Amino acid sequence: MGVGIEVTNLNAWYGTNHTLQDINLPIPANHATALIGPSGCGKSTFVRCLNRMHETNPIAKVTGSVRIGEIDIYADASPVEIRRRVGMVFQRPNPFPTMSIYDNVCSGLKLNGYSNRKVLDEIVERSLRNAALWDEVKDDLRKKSGASLSGGQQQRMCIARALAVDPEVLLMDEPASALDPVSTSKIEDLIFQLKTQYTIVIVTHNMQQAARVAEKTGFFLNGRMVEFDSTHKIFTNPSDKRTEDYITGRFG
Amino acid sequence: MKAVSQSSRMHGAYRSGLDHLATGLCVLATILVVAPLVAIFAYLLFKGASSLNLDFFTKIPKPVGESGGGMANAIVGSGVLLGVASLIGIPLGVGGGIYLAEFGRGTRLANAVQFTADVLNGVPSIIVGIAAYSLVVIPMHHFSALAGGVALGIMMIPTVMRSTEEMLLMVPHTIREAALGLGVPNWRSVLSITLKTASPGVITGCMLAFARVAGETAPLLFTALGNQFWSVNLNREIAALPLQIYIYAISPYDDQHRLAWAGALVLIALIVLAVSLVRYVASRGILKGAS
Amino acid sequence: MPLSEIRIKTSETISDRPSETADSSLKPGSTSSTPPPIQVSEIRNFLLSRGNSAIADKTFSGVMLLCAVSIFAIVALIAVELVKQSQLSWHKFGLPFFYRDNIDPITNQPLFWDPVNGDFYARPFLYGTLVTSLIALLIAVPLAIGVAIFLTEMCPRFLRGPLSFLTELLAAIPSVVYGLWAIFVLIPLLRVYVNPMFMRIFNAQLTVKLFGWTGLVGDDGLFGGVNLGLGLLAAGVILAIMILPIIASLTREVMTAVPHSQREAALALGATRWEMIRIAVLRNARIGIVGSIILGLGRALGETMAVAMVIGNSPEIHKSLLSTGHSMASVIANEFSEATSDMHRSALIEIGLALFLVTIVVNGFARLLVWAVTRGTPARVN
Repeated sequence: MGVGIEVTNLNAWYGTNHTLQDINLPIPANHATALIGPSGCGKSTFVRCLNRMHETNPIAKVTGSVRIGEIDIYADASPVEIRRRVGMVFQRPNPFPTMSIYDNVCSGLKLNGYSNRKVLDEIVERSLRNAALWDEVKDDLRKKSGASLSGGQQQRMCIARALAVDPEVLLMDEPASALDPVSTSKIEDLIFQLKTQYTIVIVTHNMQQAARVAEKTGFFLNGRMVEFDSTHKIFTNPSDKRTEDYITGRFG
Repeated sequence: MKAVSQSSRMHGAYRSGLDHLATGLCVLATILVVAPLVAIFAYLLFKGASSLNLDFFTKIPKPVGESGGGMANAIVGSGVLLGVASLIGIPLGVGGGIYLAEFGRGTRLANAVQFTADVLNGVPSIIVGIAAYSLVVIPMHHFSALAGGVALGIMMIPTVMRSTEEMLLMVPHTIREAALGLGVPNWRSVLSITLKTASPGVITGCMLAFARVAGETAPLLFTALGNQFWSVNLNREIAALPLQIYIYAISPYDDQHRLAWAGALVLIALIVLAVSLVRYVASRGILKGAS
Repeated sequence: MPLSEIRIKTSETISDRPSETADSSLKPGSTSSTPPPIQVSEIRNFLLSRGNSAIADKTFSGVMLLCAVSIFAIVALIAVELVKQSQLSWHKFGLPFFYRDNIDPITNQPLFWDPVNGDFYARPFLYGTLVTSLIALLIAVPLAIGVAIFLTEMCPRFLRGPLSFLTELLAAIPSVVYGLWAIFVLIPLLRVYVNPMFMRIFNAQLTVKLFGWTGLVGDDGLFGGVNLGLGLLAAGVILAIMILPIIASLTREVMTAVPHSQREAALALGATRWEMIRIAVLRNARIGIVGSIILGLGRALGETMAVAMVIGNSPEIHKSLLSTGHSMASVIANEFSEATSDMHRSALIEIGLALFLVTIVVNGFARLLVWAVTRGTPARVN
């Protein structure tokens, strides 16, 4: 159900800061691709360029092309339309505090005007099941506020919320970095299951996490993509010395 | 350690004495300030409570010289005036606040708007009354509740605008991002997510503005004018609580003085309620339950 | 390729896909089966049909912008109406309206405000406004700063909340309630206790002998004449009570904005607490404190009801603080609804125009000062 992403000559700026330089990257469909690299190397910026969230900052600028499936997301469509096809899960869970769990999960649909209650009920259940949260919250869907769950549960709910709009791509920006180890492993299991249905791009600081969940990995450094290959190769026999230095912990 | 010399010891004593004096003066100042406030409240409570009865809330003023009667028409009249004022002040204020927080942040235009709002807030209320007189009373050829409502509404705008802006800015950026990331249009995100999250604070900001203009008398002196009888007609003069208090306070009749105290107590109660609510909401924070 | 054609592509992909893909059925609880293509892409189709919301977004932000700039329109409208309605008296009296002396030829006494003959001169009201505001500042500023210092630097923690709540309440009490209290409590207090005390001091034979040259003592001085209780002094005192909370809370704000490191540096050098306050806090915050004082002045200039209720309402100029008078705001409040002629009303509105301009300048200047210190955080609207 997912589509592939083709990134060509992507450059990004924050004001005069040239954050991303000449990124070229084919992201395969229905696989999980991990992006690793030290802090500030631009991997978060890159992911935000894939759903045009980078543009929410008024001083941001982008050149180059990103094709998701058949469409160039910068030339062929508006940011709002793209974000309905490309879901995002953020570093810190950000449930809507004034909404119940039910309303949180289907917010992407309700806020866009969808109102068929029966279908919404089914979608909420399906998304929560896919996010491995259904059994924990199924009795409190409308009673509990989205913000009253634990950190790990909130993040899984945010994943459910992103899945409810049936995207083709799921972007995850360090989704487990704010969570405890138990929640982290639950989320990693989740990614493992989801990648057969969606194209997943996951930014992570944790190299072991990348090794566990992703088939392909890209290494970012100082705004450039240094190396992109199968995860196995990146971690056992990297072609670039900088990659090797990072993997072995010489810096970052 | 070297022995401290006589003169430096004296200087030290002088400095320490000065310190104590300063502390004493500040404490004295505080007492001098708190005392009249407590006195005012106590006096109000005492004089007002003894004059407050059911008649106050249900009857209209009796003719001069007769005892009894109440300020029911003034309370209702104030309600009407505040209703009109809210219809003007709240939409413009909240809308302006949304602009300042969500669209114009940091722009020169937004700074100019904020500055002008503060300036309007400092314009004496009687001047706003003159403007309303010129804008509404003169073309209509008579005094009206509408004119009074317009004057009060204008006065609400700066308070509502600034407090809405403040409350919206307190909504964390991550929540806006979550909405945008789902492909929710910006206008929908601002209304259904950001504004909704900030709504307790926005509502109490409106309440504060409401309570403040509820006590305003000057702009009503030659717009709403006041009315001895029941009237909710927007096209005619209307009674108002603070206006009635003023008229009774300067009258020579004891009965009317008593009514004035009762009215003042009601006004104060409303304001204390509003201020307390604002503080309560502020202390709870606007994100219930979120970490 | 336009977005709509993607619809076809993805549905095709779905039905082509082998059924081993993970659970996508909509039936609750069921495990994987061939996903019904129509329902799965129903959501996608729906969302695709929503289109981009550029028009709605632009309209929305446009409406919000209109609400915001309405504030400019309002201030401009007020100014325009004031100017328009004061044209009558402006053309007749010109600028001397504000400062000219006017002697009644018959009685040979100053006669500034003569609705009967249509002669209007505003000097008494400027005088009244100035004197009452000055008295208010003289009383309120030292007390307010003292309270602010106490609350920020000296107050035990448990008192801080209740005291600041009290200050906030003080600021929110309506003017007419202050006036009511002033009529029945303050004025008798002044008449019976305070004024006689001042009169004894100022009008004593010894004082007159020593200070008579200043012109401020004796029967012709600051506390000469009849003691009614109401008048300029009463108005000044009630104004002081009213502007105190504003000055105090703003001073608190600017004092709190001074970084702790400044305080610690002074203390580390061996300063006593008062010295620390003087050197580290007050010196750094003095611009903001001046700003808050000016804001208090701005409020005092425009205060209407409480002043109207205690100032005595006479359009005359007398040296004594015990005499009755009028301020610019109180004369408008007192006479407007019963103004006897168009010229009368126009003269009153011209006073209003002057008051408008003065308060804008004073408040604008004060806000700039306070903003400069608190660095543009939304200044509390009092």
